[in-house]
Amino acid sequence: MIYWHIFMAFFIPGILGYGGGPSSIPLVQQEVVEHYGWMTNQEFSEMVAAGNALPGPIATKMAGFVGYDQAGILGIIVAVFATVAPSLILMIALLSVLMKYKESPYVKNLTKYIRPIIAVLLLVMTFDFAKDAWLSIGWISTLIIMIGAYLLLEKFKIHPAFVICIALIYGMVSTLF
Amino acid sequence: MLGFGGGPSAIPLVHQEVVKKYKWMEDDEFSDVVALANTMPGPIGTKLAGYIGYRIAGVAGAINAILVSVVPTIILMIVLLFLLQTNKDIPAVQAMASAVVPVVAVMLGILALDFVKKSGESMGWKKTLIILLLSLIAMSLLNIHPAFVILSVFIIVFAPLVKRRNNK
Repeated sequence: MIYWHIFMAFFIPGILGYGGGPSSIPLVQQEVVEHYGWMTNQEFSEMVAAGNALPGPIATKMAGFVGYDQAGILGIIVAVFATVAPSLILMIALLSVLMKYKESPYVKNLTKYIRPIIAVLLLVMTFDFAKDAWLSIGWISTLIIMIGAYLLLEKFKIHPAFVICIALIYGMVSTLF
Repeated sequence: MLGFGGGPSAIPLVHQEVVKKYKWMEDDEFSDVVALANTMPGPIGTKLAGYIGYRIAGVAGAINAILVSVVPTIILMIVLLFLLQTNKDIPAVQAMASAVVPVVAVMLGILALDFVKKSGESMGWKKTLIILLLSLIAMSLLNIHPAFVILSVFIIVFAPLVKRRNNK
């Protein structure tokens, strides 16, 4: 039963996450945190942070970790398969048809219309995570880290892995006072 | 292994290997594959790996290419997160973990704004705002599962196509 749940939890993001790996983050959160309750938001954001800091595609890293956490090695295989296989099989099977319709306005519209929906999901998560941080470390630290992270990421274009390291150091230092 | 920051950042690295080093594909062909992978759902890095593997060496090639691009980072991820979980009771570790949450919030916020900007540029701000509002209401207030919201987009997009066919 657990394997079926894992399969469904990653199959849905795998076939609906238009726009590459990152757009499947909120869809995975929906399944893993909201639906199945395998993780809290805190744990989910730790996972996203680790996924962002490590190399490689993020969707499969999330699948691998959740799969292992829930059901060991076989869980990894099921979760990664559910993430990767459906869209890959579709892509190889429909290649000749798709090549013809690549420029079709209908296919292009699909990605266009789905993008704002993913944006809403991401925004809702942003607020959720900010609220969780507010409750656990207070609004002063939350604001300092959020503004700091925004400036480092957007203004100075610092790599996410380094920004996460800086946040870790901030957290460690803050316990000393 | 070096594609930090999710699938899309791996594209130029894959290009370097596939087109320049191993010459499995021409430039045109490669950009066709990328365009195609973009129109399909799911993570882009593994779609590229799987398709290119399949082209070169069939099903075994596809499986091989995906394993190589996925397995090392999953192992790293599991080791890292379990280290974190077993040391959870140390206050400093707890504080470090909490400090990461706002950073992730900002990363997701940036990604969201990026998506909004791209939509605004590609289909106009009026349409973008309408979809943003509708999906916010549907998912946050009415608690409709995102899968249904996305599926309804499929129906709206392809409905004119079906209608046109019926009229013929």
